[in-house]
Amino acid sequence: MAHTMAEKILARAAGKKEVFPGELINARIDMALGNDITAPVAINEFRKIGIEKVFDRERIALIPDHFTPNKDIQSAEQVKLMRNFAREQGIVHYYEVGRMGIEHALLPELGLVLPGEVVVGADSHTCTYGALGAFATGVGSTDLAAVMATGELWFKVPPTIRVVFEGELPPWVSGKDLILYTIGQLGVDGARYAVLEFTGPAITALPMDARFSISNMAIEAGAKAGLIPPDAVTLRYLEDRAVRPYETVLGDEDAPVLQEFHWDVENMEPQVSAPFSPANAQPVSQVAGTEIDQVVIGSCTNGRIDDLRQAAALLKGRKVHPRVRLIVIPATQAVYLQALREGLLEIFAEAEAAVSTPTCGPCLGGHMGILAEGEVAVATTNRNFVGRMGHRGSRVYLAGPAVAAASAVAGVIAHPLELGEVKK
Amino acid sequence: MSVLKGKVWIFGNDIDTDAIIPARYLNTSDPAELARHCMEDADPSFPEKVSRGDIIVAGKNFGCGSSREHAPLAIKEAGIACVIAESFARIFYRNAINIGLPILESAEAAAFLKEGHQVEVNLDKGEIMEISTGQKFFAVPFPPFMQEIMAKGGLINFVREKVTKGE
Ligand code: SF4
Repeated sequence: MAHTMAEKILARAAGKKEVFPGELINARIDMALGNDITAPVAINEFRKIGIEKVFDRERIALIPDHFTPNKDIQSAEQVKLMRNFAREQGIVHYYEVGRMGIEHALLPELGLVLPGEVVVGADSHTCTYGALGAFATGVGSTDLAAVMATGELWFKVPPTIRVVFEGELPPWVSGKDLILYTIGQLGVDGARYAVLEFTGPAITALPMDARFSISNMAIEAGAKAGLIPPDAVTLRYLEDRAVRPYETVLGDEDAPVLQEFHWDVENMEPQVSAPFSPANAQPVSQVAGTEIDQVVIGSCTNGRIDDLRQAAALLKGRKVHPRVRLIVIPATQAVYLQALREGLLEIFAEAEAAVSTPTCGPCLGGHMGILAEGEVAVATTNRNFVGRMGHRGSRVYLAGPAVAAASAVAGVIAHPLELGEVKK
Repeated sequence: MSVLKGKVWIFGNDIDTDAIIPARYLNTSDPAELARHCMEDADPSFPEKVSRGDIIVAGKNFGCGSSREHAPLAIKEAGIACVIAESFARIFYRNAINIGLPILESAEAAAFLKEGHQVEVNLDKGEIMEISTGQKFFAVPFPPFMQEIMAKGGLINFVREKVTKGE
């Protein structure tokens, strides 16, 4: 019988010929992830299982990224607990400040997550790796503990919702805009328990960095995973990276899906999601002119080199509006270094932006740019829930890096085209 | 033990994990500390108002957002006996089962119940009863596999048994 990509990947990981939506299976896990918030809880639970060693010290990644560089004593203690566990267990993929990055940017960059694999992370945005054709999904800390002990985890096989983006992308419209649009159409629980699969000419035309932005936010529609079928772009990205041999898994064209949408991108504007839901997506022109206090460009959604290049193209030779604070956070140390070499950091600094070492920081209201009551931000992050970036009376508009950079200059939410010509 | 009685607190649709336990408190995983901020960004006075044995009733997609297990932990530690919702977000559903926070999915109960109602919940039968009117509702039953995890007291016990049996 014909099967979707998700079903085929899960069948393989469960050692079965085929699986069907709704079926409960036990799958072998190729990579498991925890961070400085979720891993400490998982480590405590792991101890209770009464097993000495983790199932495979090369298939667990522990990344201190949320409150690092440690923002206070409590955070430092959490990271210490994680570091000690990593040392004790000989965990290969533990990365300190100066070598680390935001987990969902770092793992793909290091070639640790690969097409056809099953990956779980104690972080909801683990779905990012779907952009590489991995079945990757967020779980809780207790789930992570179970995986660290056994290398396996139970799943309910999800049905698939297929989203086909047709047409050619207009200028300044990219991955973030497509996913905000999708969430706007489906709602925050429109894909609950299901897999989102993104295909079509507008997807194939996107570079990897933009594809990561799309898969990253599948969870914001409630999805379990956000898959993009691997193609030449994917394989090229993995060429010098993949740490293991892998086998690409593609779905059957005629596989039954729960729903299928076809959306044309030809006339799409850059999208902005207004507070307090990622599903409040609308064309930027609808909210243009809204006064802002802060702009954050970074996070696991849009902190990659292509994102910084887009922002720099708009910021070059311009200044951040006097009323606005712009904070730029490259997602990983490698992105930071690349941006440095390309002169992007200089462009940011000259534009009077603050550039930070990699961290999740303000994305979750942790540190490095918390909002006061009544303040308004444009952020390239993925959530704008009440209180997400600070005070519960603050407001966050979600956008891609182009709208974020243009807004930083304009002092109000702005379409990148409003800035006029881009200086090369 | 599987029959609970408590007072209802009502929340709306799409209550996210940042509302349940804001990330600014996640530099610790101490359950008592988390409980002190339970539901704070949805209702700042909630941590003071809530008493042991109370029941949260919410609309659709309860617990959407992050995978933080601190969310069901904060609710459990705040003394909430169970959460009834029209539907739950996927990771929250998993986490609640894994840590042993009783959750019940019933659109009818979620629509009927009002703040301050006293309800009786029979977890084995999945039965929810509003005491003053005697109105009864039945929750969507858990698949047997999940019932087994819950019967063992959560995923860790389940895995421990499996590992020690060498399965
Ligand atoms: S950048 Fe934001 S969304 Fe991404 S992992 Fe960090 S806190 Fe989570």
